[in-house]
Formats: sequence, structure tokens, C-alpha cells
Amino acid sequence: MSLAEKYPQEVERILAKYPPEHKRSAVMPLLYLAQREEGYITKAAMQDVAQLLEMTETEVAAIIGFYTLYHDKKEGKYRMQVCTDLPCALRGADQFLEELCENLGIQVGETTADGLITLEEVKCLAACDKAPMFQLQSGEGIEYYENMTVDKTMELIEALRKAGKEVE
Amino acid sequence: MAYILLRHREIPDIHEIDVYEKHGGFAALKKAVTEMTPEQVTEEVKASGLRGRGGAGFPTGLKWSFMDKNNWPHYVVANADESEPGTFKDREIMERNPFQFLEGVAIASYAVGANRAYIYLRGEFWPIAHFLDEKIAEMEKAGYLGERLFGTDYSLHIYTHLGAGAYICGEETALLESLEGKRGQPRIRPPFPPSYGLYGKPTVVNNVETLTNVPYIIANGAQAYRQFGTEKSPGVKIFSLSGCVNRPGNYELPLGTTFRELIFEHGGGIPEGRNIKAIMPAGASSSFIVATDEALDTPMDYESVPNVGAQLGSASVIVIDDSVSMDWVVEKTIHFFQHESCGKCTPCREGTYWMRKLIERIRHADGTEEEVALLKDVAMQIRGKCLCALGEFSTMAVVSGIERFAPDFEKAVATSSPE
Amino acid sequence: MSKTVTLTIDGKQVTVPEGTLIVDAAKKIGVDIPVFCYHPKMQPVGMCRMCLVEVGRPVVDRATGQVVKNEDGTPQIRFAPNLMTACTTPVSEGMVVLTESEKAHDGHRAIIEFLLTSHPLDCPICDKGGECPLQELTMRHGPPQGRFPYEDKIHFEKHFPLGELIYLDRERCILCGRCIRYQAEIVGEPVIGFYQRGRATEIVTYSDPGFDSYFSGNTTDICPVGALTTADFRFGARAWELKAEASICAQCPVGCNIVFNTRREAKSGGRVVIKRVMPRQNEEVNELWICDKGRFVHHYTHSAERLSRPLMRKGETLQPVSWEDALRTAAEKFEAAGKEVLVLASGRLSNEDLFNLKALADGLGGRAVLYGDMGGGDLTTLVGVGQGTNLATLGAGDAILVIASDLQEEAPIWWLRVKQAAERGATLIVANPRATKLDTYASFVIRYANGDEVQTVLNLAKKTDKIGQAFAEAENAVVFFGSEGLGLEGSQRLAVACAHLLRETGHVGKPNNGLIGVWQRANDQGAWELGFEPVADLQAAFEQAGAVYIVGADPFGDGRLTLDGVKERPFLVVQEILPTPTTEVADLVLPAQAYAEREGTYVSGERRVQRFYAALPPYGEARPDFAITAAIGKRLGLDLEDGSAEKVFERLAVTQPAFENLTYARLAEVREQWPIVGRGDLYYGGTAYENRRGLGVQLVPAAQREEPVTLPEVQGEAGPRPEEDEWLGVPVTRLLDRGTTVLLSTLLHRRIGEPFVVVHPMAAERLSLAEGQKARLTVNGASAEVTVRVDETVSAGVVLVPRSMGLPLYEPMKVSLKAL
Ligand SMILES: Cc1cc2nc3c(=O)[nH]c(=O)nc-3n(C[C@H](O)[C@H](O)[C@H](O)COP(=O)(O)O)c2cc1C
Ligand code: SF4
Ligand code: FES
Repeated sequence: MSLAEKYPQEVERILAKYPPEHKRSAVMPLLYLAQREEGYITKAAMQDVAQLLEMTETEVAAIIGFYTLYHDKKEGKYRMQVCTDLPCALRGADQFLEELCENLGIQVGETTADGLITLEEVKCLAACDKAPMFQLQSGEGIEYYENMTVDKTMELIEALRKAGKEVE
Repeated sequence: MAYILLRHREIPDIHEIDVYEKHGGFAALKKAVTEMTPEQVTEEVKASGLRGRGGAGFPTGLKWSFMDKNNWPHYVVANADESEPGTFKDREIMERNPFQFLEGVAIASYAVGANRAYIYLRGEFWPIAHFLDEKIAEMEKAGYLGERLFGTDYSLHIYTHLGAGAYICGEETALLESLEGKRGQPRIRPPFPPSYGLYGKPTVVNNVETLTNVPYIIANGAQAYRQFGTEKSPGVKIFSLSGCVNRPGNYELPLGTTFRELIFEHGGGIPEGRNIKAIMPAGASSSFIVATDEALDTPMDYESVPNVGAQLGSASVIVIDDSVSMDWVVEKTIHFFQHESCGKCTPCREGTYWMRKLIERIRHADGTEEEVALLKDVAMQIRGKCLCALGEFSTMAVVSGIERFAPDFEKAVATSSPE
Repeated sequence: MSKTVTLTIDGKQVTVPEGTLIVDAAKKIGVDIPVFCYHPKMQPVGMCRMCLVEVGRPVVDRATGQVVKNEDGTPQIRFAPNLMTACTTPVSEGMVVLTESEKAHDGHRAIIEFLLTSHPLDCPICDKGGECPLQELTMRHGPPQGRFPYEDKIHFEKHFPLGELIYLDRERCILCGRCIRYQAEIVGEPVIGFYQRGRATEIVTYSDPGFDSYFSGNTTDICPVGALTTADFRFGARAWELKAEASICAQCPVGCNIVFNTRREAKSGGRVVIKRVMPRQNEEVNELWICDKGRFVHHYTHSAERLSRPLMRKGETLQPVSWEDALRTAAEKFEAAGKEVLVLASGRLSNEDLFNLKALADGLGGRAVLYGDMGGGDLTTLVGVGQGTNLATLGAGDAILVIASDLQEEAPIWWLRVKQAAERGATLIVANPRATKLDTYASFVIRYANGDEVQTVLNLAKKTDKIGQAFAEAENAVVFFGSEGLGLEGSQRLAVACAHLLRETGHVGKPNNGLIGVWQRANDQGAWELGFEPVADLQAAFEQAGAVYIVGADPFGDGRLTLDGVKERPFLVVQEILPTPTTEVADLVLPAQAYAEREGTYVSGERRVQRFYAALPPYGEARPDFAITAAIGKRLGLDLEDGSAEKVFERLAVTQPAFENLTYARLAEVREQWPIVGRGDLYYGGTAYENRRGLGVQLVPAAQREEPVTLPEVQGEAGPRPEEDEWLGVPVTRLLDRGTTVLLSTLLHRRIGEPFVVVHPMAAERLSLAEGQKARLTVNGASAEVTVRVDETVSAGVVLVPRSMGLPLYEPMKVSLKAL
């Protein structure tokens, strides 16, 4: 099913934001929509967006590649993106990440064996006063978790794991 | 002091439309649209001396007056990309006092004759964008946005647009490219957005905080606003305080407040037993200020900060104490800029990568004194040659770090060894 | 006239139009400011930062508005604190630019050093070596020693194919974006793009096939380093070993100016061979561009199958004979046939060849026929575009009508130029029975039903709608007519209607006005000028002849002629460069030189007479066509010129009024063109060659010579319409077809594909066929397997059949199509 068939209202709402002669502006919001289901943008979804906006696939790919919140590969259901930029690092973010790695038994960039969490390191998220912090990105969107500890984080992961199981 | 921007700290429910209305909300917008001409609004903002809070400090009213009147439509774009490391003020405004910001967007739009305004938020502000969408819908319902506002001919729609993780999209022309559905890479300037902006049309780009000041100025007049701050830097500013301080956070203070007051009175000072070593007043883009007494007593305004070797920029004050080695800080900033270099121009793209390789050698391999000198050389070689300011920013910490904190680098070279 | 500005660059004064960029102003006075990303044909982006210069401006007193003077009376100049990019900064009055100052040099040094930090420095094995601006600038400005450790470089897998034609070396790429901008801005096909960002940026394509554009090869010319290379030239030769000879592309009527780069090489058996085809600048014809067919099709010239000796039929086989025997036999047979000689020649031949062939036919009282199935050349000689026409000058206020032609497929560079004219504001009217790529740029698209061609033009002439009015009111108007969906008679009728339209609206007899035929061959226009015309029933003409002389055509291969059922076959002399089905049935085969081996001239569709030169030595015993014909003529007592192509042309010019006063010397004249490319600083416009061998001269059409012009009457319909329960097969032209020369260039095979037909999706459904499935097409008794493609803009009941794809369909006719 194409995006327009799957999410007719959203597509319409997105396109309505921009002057019709500049519908290319809708590429970024549509890519988020394309990413909703799988957490990454499949080739078919990319073609879909290209067709909707009368762009070439290459032009759409160029956008995907430029921005860090679009993904072209399948990873964990949640991307846990820990900020280790200067202000957070001054408040212990590097150590937080290191301990988190140990606890999860994975390296930065890797995914937990159950495919739940991919651990990533990111630049400043505008939450410098509440370090350590991270954001959780999934197909559904992004959420911030601030003033975190490793324990609180592990609890959160456990909750996510359970929630996922219940849904299944 | 009563708050002008962070009013939610006094009125916690100000994000509810009726609460906002009860506290004078939208009076300024109504006044502007029904009682003032666009030119008068622009003149008032000019008279207030308000300067851009996004970093460059450009006079806001003057910018509005540059809009090309022979080329229509006009657009207003609010810059909510807030990605400078150490900056987190726009986020607080949008999350807690959204209507004042939106009212500011609306007044600015009226002043320049724009019927469409976009709010470009960094992609990570996903929930904020949805929150703002709700607030915009409430305003439309209440008649503050939409067709024929207050029974006049003036119509306005505001839309949010999410970026997707690129610091460079805070640079206004990169932001416009991104909003047009392209890769967020800066355009050559001139032409500047007021003559060639979104879709090639005249566009005002203003920072969230800048715009949030506007309702106050229109409601109370330029002179009321000028009672705060200094002659050349009037008004209030939100200082995002982070790093080695006891109470990090946003502080709304008059421009001209000293570093000492911010850090020690408001920020609760630095952890016991440590000494303050350096200050980065403009986030990662900042040069290091050596934290002398003289520096601490410097007023934080656009004119004074350069006297101690840095810029006020977005006033994201990162405090560094003596437990921290500056070569480590420099490595962090280089990583940031190398990661965020858009790749469009040669010196920034290649230079930041080269600097990264050098700082990594200096800190983690058997780096040499010559490599420290070369690092500074490469930074100087980047300067003055880039397409946009990001490349320039990437050299600030490097050059000032090596110049002002040489012993830290000497030590790094002496102790580093291959991993 | 636009305002001018005077400034000083490195101490030299220059006056240029307002708005000129510093780089261009400098170029005008011979100051080369180094550039990578800047290309004079594209919008400046200022991203490589190579062109940094010092810029000073006169100090103006704010109060008085006067320029502040120094003590000595010279204006006080204030220099900008930072270097500025010369490629993005427009000149201003009194500006002072320093490109060689210490500070400017520092800038150049810095950028070169930065670029080299990620460059592999593999010049010894790089195709661009020897004509690479990065290499040259490194010599001038580069650091004596690298300060960036080699092991810190990012390494990519080398030679990454962006499709079959173009390879990318990501290590060499300096990310100037020229190729991407070329495709987006100039071609309008953004099928390559940047992926990732920062230091990780690379060029990618997601199209299928990769880098899907007919203009892809041009990106390898404008690439300022060796990052983009063509599949057939990479590792083929070093730039400095190559000889360069000017030529004209022989693939379509545009007449792009090209250069053959040749080399004598061991691996080709010690022969001189063409290594690559490069554009040669002609701003009035092809600017700096050529299409991929023109660039990649040359491989046929060194096919091992070339005919090298005369052959004569001995029973079932063709046996080598001496030239003497061959010529004598031909002469005897032609003499015997007398008035019954039929000369069948194609627009692949040069004017000189055609002139002699016509003289031979006339001398014997026989018939000279043009091989082809498009009419209207008699009209282009009357009301063709006027001398002085330059499509680059058409813009706002002008109109262009393109009718019955898929211009990108038939004449790619015209497509590009028409697109650009439309982008400059010209009213573009595209009239075709189905959608083509030109529609995107059209102001008006007219979609007529097959059979309504003439009526469509008549409707425009009525000026009753805004399209007709726009055309009539245009300052200048040009009509491109083609033969999509039409045969000889239909295209002839269409041309007549177009000629009337142009004349009635006052658009004839002057520059930038008139009729252009989108011919199938490079010199079809020349053939018409010299009195050749096609015939409707070729088979009948063949059968009635006593002797037939076929030159440069393959009617038996194309299915246009057959020996089936022919009772008394005429003696058949075939003059060719390669064996074809036609040479196979010949009685006598005369080996001709390929055009790259000899001199001559072509007349382009815009009626520009252009010279080509000998780039290769002759092959075997092959001779130039005109000389073979002259030698036969001599034996018949006819006075034909055989001295040289130039001599033939001299005669041609005195006998043909349209060619009056033309000489080889005049055709070889050049003028300075803008942008200036190829003078030592090969980085400016790319590796396209400067034109030193002639810009050509346009013929003056009768209407411009102020002769009385009588146009034939407009006649009825140009073609049949599809009937109920029948399939009407109509011909369309594809750039990459299955013609002999194209097929010999194996590189192009994937792009050519298998024979196919195109129908409306509903028609396909009715046949229980889907896109990509096989079907059987039967035309005129011949049948072939084809792949079905669907296009919803094709009319119901119509089957598009590409020409020269092995399917013998030359005019609209009933066909049958069945699922396999
Ligand atoms: C690399 C770079 C990043 C920037 N990031 C931001 C940003 O995140 N938010 C912002 O408001 N301005 C940012 N700016 C400044 C904008 O370009 C622009 O000056 C500003 O939005 C104008 O608004 P103002 O006049 O209200 O400050 C950035 C500039 C540069 C060069
Ligand atoms: S300075 Fe950096 S961010 Fe700015 S254009 Fe150049 S590469 Fe891009
Ligand atoms: S920046 Fe001027 S040529 Fe590239």
C-alpha cells in the first residue's frame, strides 16, 4: 500500500501546509511518515515519496542521507540516543553512556539481541541542564528522558520490553 | 523582577489559552492589527533596540524594514532549530509559554505583511511541534489566527515544520533550503532573506526568543522595554547556564548582567573545592574566556563580551572548572563541528576533519608539540574562508584553547600514548 | 543596453556589463582566477572556495555620497577583511581586485591543501592526468610537502559504476557539485545527487538504469578532477598522447561540433583509433554539450567487420576484386541502364558525396532518390530558419512550436536548447499525440489524435484560442516538425501546414524564425538542398530500375526493400562502410571511408553548413564516397570532380544558389565565444574543446533571399486514424535504436533494450498483457516478438512502434498484436 493509501489524512494535512507549487517542502514530514511503520525508510517508501512530490528517488535519497533522524537501515525498535556533547559531558554523560553499554552488553551503535534498543551517541539535544539525558526515537516519534541514571534507564528499558510483549 | 519571557515561572498555566488571555495575552496582537500600521509596528520594534537573540544580535526592527516591498508574498520564519551546544532557552519558551511566542510570530507577520509563517523546529523537538500545532489550532478557533483577523483584511496562518537532525539548519539560509525540501546547506549571501528568502521571496527569519519579546514591546511600548539592559543592548535575555555549576538552567536577566552574578548568584556557584577556569559564553561556537576576576565582572552584552576575547552569541554560558583539561573540551567541540559540517564548502568540510584527526592524535596517540602547532595552523587556515559561519565557529575553541591554555596541551602531548 | 561597470583587476582596467561576476570579468582580460565549483553555464554556488580574491571598494562618504580621495587624488579603497569568492561577487564601479596578492595566494594555497587532504593523489593512473585543474593548481599553489598523514585519509572502494556509462571514483571527487548541478539545472533530470553530509558526502544515483540521462557524459567533461570517467575511456589513454581533430556528430540533425581524440595503439593492431568523442564549443549549436549517443557510438569505426576492398558477386558469394574492375563494371552497368539508373542515397552522406551522386544521376538522365521516410525538406529550403538564427537568443516574447516529435529522443541537444528557451520565457507549444519529456517545460501542451496533425496546425493558424494568438503575436517563432506517427506523405503534409502557419503569422525570412525539420539523419537537410527527395513506393522504384546504386543506406536490412517476388532484379551496386543485409544481396560492393576518415560538410537541421575533418587514416582500400562516384562518372564521360572534397564543394557552391559564396575557408572561420574555454586553463568550462576549426555558416532560405516563395496547398489529413477493432501501428523514433552503428557500440546495449511497442494500459489489459510481457507484432506480413510497455497518454487503438528496432514499420498502418 502506498503512503497516500495508508495515511490519507496525514498526507493531505502535510501537503496542505505548503503552497501547492512548492509541494517539495513536504518531503521532510512525509519521510517521517514513511518511517513510522518500520522505523526506517524502505526503498518502496522512498519511491512513494518521490512519486507524491514529483521528485526523483535520488533527490529523496539525498534528503535521507543528509539528516540524522532519517534512517535507511533497520535497527532496533527504539533508538536510544544519548547526548555526550560538551555540556552533558561536563555533567557525566560519557560515563553514563559507558555504564549503559556495560549494562546492556552492547557497544555504541549496536542493538540489543532482542532488537529492542539500538544505542547511539548524539550531539547536543538542548537539554544541557538536565544531563545525563537521552532521547528515544521510534517510528512513532521522539521523547526526551532527562536527569537520568543507569538504574532508571534500565527500568525504562524493562518497561518497554514488557509493553512490547503485551502488544504482541 | 517580573518576567518578560519566562512568565510561566510566575503563571504556571500560561500555556492555557484562557489563562494567557487573562494575563493580557493577545492584547498586543489586537493592538497591532487594529490600531497600528505595519510600519508603526516595525518602528516600535526598531525603537525598542531589540536585537536578534539567535546569535548574531542584528537589530530586529531594522531587519523587518529591509523586506523588499516590490516582491510578494512575504514570509516569516521562526528559527526554533536551537542546536548550539549549551542552548536550551527556546525550548523552554515553546514548551511553557507558547502563546507569547506565537503572538510574537503573528505580530512580526503583520509587520512585514506575511500571510504565512513557518516555525522551523529541530527534529528532536517532535513533541513540541505537536504541542504548538494544538496551540495554533486553539488560536485559530479563538480568532487570533486564520482569515480576517479582528475583522480586518489581514489573514495569517502559522505552520510548524520539523527538521531532522542537522545543526546547520539553524543557519538561516540552510534553514530555508531545508524548509524548501532540500538538503540543509547554506546559500551564498547576499542576497539576504529579506530580499531573497523562502521560495525566493522576501522572508524574515527570527529566533524564537527574539519574537517572544515582541508582544511585550508592542503592549508596553519601546521605552518600557528599554528600561532593561544597556543603552546599546537593551532588554532582557535568557542565559542558558550549563557545565560546572550547581544550578544549571535558564535565567532571564537584563542584558549587561555580569558573568559573576549569573554564575554565582543565580547559578549557585560551582562545586565545592573547585575553581572556575574558563567560560564559553556562546556555546560550542565560543572562544574561551579565561575566568579572571576582570572577566567575571564583565557585563554580558553584545559590546562588552568582545573585550574579554569572545562573543555573546546566543548567551549559552558553559562554565568549565579546573577539574577539566581544555584539550578534552577542544576535542568535544571539534567532534561536534566535524559531525555537523554540512560538507558544502571545502575549508570547513576538510578542515574540521583534519582538526579531528589532529586532536585525536594529540590526545590519544603519540601526539607532538608540532601537531598542536599544526592544529592551530589548520584552524587559522579555515578562518575567513568558509561559506557560512559554522566553519568559523569550529575554530574558536581550538585557537583560543591553544593560545590561552597552552599548558593543558603540553600536558596532553606529554602524557598521551597510542591506545 | 545594460549599464557597464569599470573596475581594476591586478592593475588592469576592464569594463563589463553590470552584474558580471569577478571571475568572468577577469577571464575577459586574460586573468585566470582558479575555480572548481564555478562553471559559467551554471548558477554560482561559491562552495569550493578556490576562487578567493582580495576585493576592495572605493570609500564613500556617508554624508556627501562622494568617493573619498587619497592625497594624490586617487580614490581611497577599503579592502574587505576576508577574502571573497570571485565566482559569487558581482563587479561594482571602482572595485579593485587582487588575485595574485600574498593574501590571495594564501587563500589558494589553503584550499588546495584542504582538498588534497582527502585526495588519493593517484595522478599516474588517473584519466584526468594532464588536463586536470587540481593537478595544475597543485603545481602552482600546492604545498611542497603534505602535512596530512596518508593513513588518515578516508578510503572508498574505487571505480564505482553510476550505471554502465559513467564511473565514479569517490576518493578523487572534490564535491564541487558540478555534475549534480548540471543534471538538475541544465538538463532538468536530477538523477545523481549528494548522499550523507560533511566529509562523508558522496555522489549517488538511485535511477534505473543508473544515471539515467542522455546527457550523462557531459558530466565527465565538466568534472574538474578524475572522479567521473566514461566507461569506454577510463584507463584508455593519457590525455597528452591524444590527437584532436574537429568533426561534426553524424547521429542527428543538430550537428553538434565535436572533436575526435585519436591515438595509434598496439592493442588495436597498430592502427589509429578514436579513443573518445569530446564536445567542441559552438554556442549557436551545442554550446559545450553533446548527448550520450554522440559520445559513445563511435566504436563502430574500428569494427573488425569494416569493408576494406571492392567485392563482386560470383554466383552465391562476393569475391574481392580490384578497384579498376569494380569501377569499370559499375560504369558499364550504369551506362547500359541509362535513364533507368536509380541512385538511392541517404542523409548519412556529405554534401560533396550527394552532389556528385546527383550529378551522376542527372548525367545519365536517371533518378536520384533520398533514402528516408520523412518529407518537407523542400519547404525548409524555402522557409527554413533564417540566417543568423541562434536558439540561445530565443526567450520572453518568442514562441517555439514542436509538433510530431519527441525531441529528446530525436535531437537531444535541441531538446536542451528548446527547454532553456522556455525557461528564459519563450512560449513553448508542444503538440504530440502522447506525452513527451518536453511537456514539463511547455507553456501549452496540445494532445491531438493521430490523424489530426494538419488540423492541429490549421487550428493554430486560426488564432482563435490563446495558443494560436500567442504564436501569432510572438516576436520570433520557430517550428520544429517531426515525423512521429507519420510516414513520408503525412510528414510532407504536416510541413506544408507548418510553412503556411509561419508565413501567415509573419515568421519567415528572418533570423530566429522559420521551419526546422527534425530529420532522422545528420545531412538529410543537405540532401534536400541538393535536390534529393524520397519516394513513396521505394520497392516499385527499385523494381523498375535497370541498375541501382545504393549509397550509405541499408534498405534490405530495414525491411524497406525485398527481393521476394522480384522477377527481374536490377544490377545492384552498394557503397558502404560495413557489411549489411543490403551489401549481402549486392552484385557489386564498393568500400567507402567512414566520415571520420575524410573531409566534408553537412547541413544541419538549422541549415548550418559545417565542416568535418579527417581524424583517422583511411581504412584498407576504402575511398571517399564522392571520389568513388566521380571515378565511375569519369568512366561514363561525365565531368565529376574527384580532386578533393574542397574542390567538389567549390563546384557545388557555384551551382547551388543557397550555397552561394560559401567556401571551405569561410566555413572554417571562428569568432571568440563566451564562455572562454580550453585555453591552457582547462578547468574553466571543462574539457570541451575550444572551436578553432570553424563555426559554420547558415544557408539563406529562399524567403530570406527575397525570392518569391510559392507554397504548395495545404492538404487534408496527414495520416489515418485507428479504426474500431483494429490496431493502428505508428512509427516513433528512439535515440538508441538497433541501427548497425549503434549495435556495434556494445556499451549502449542495455540502454537500447529489446524491441518493444507501447500501448495504452487499457489496451494492454484487453490483450491480457502487462508492462514487460512479450507479445507478437505483425506488420505487413513480417512478424516479431516484442516487449509490451504501457503509457496512459497513448491513444486507444494505437501501437507505438519504434523505428530501426527491427520492426519494419515506416508509416501508420494496420498491425496485429497478440499475447504470446
Ligand atoms: C551555524 C549556525 C547555526 C545557527 N543556529 C541557530 C539556531 O539554532 N537558532 C537561531 O535562532 N539562530 C541560529 N543561527 C543564527 C541564524 O542564522 C540567524 O541569524 C537567526 O535565526 C536570526 O534571528 P535573530 O535575528 O532573531 O537572532 C545560527 C547561525 C549559524 C551560522
Ligand atoms: S562552513 Fe561548514 S557548514 Fe558552512 S557551508 Fe561550509 S561546510 Fe557547510
Ligand atoms: S567557490 Fe568560487 S569557484 Fe568554487
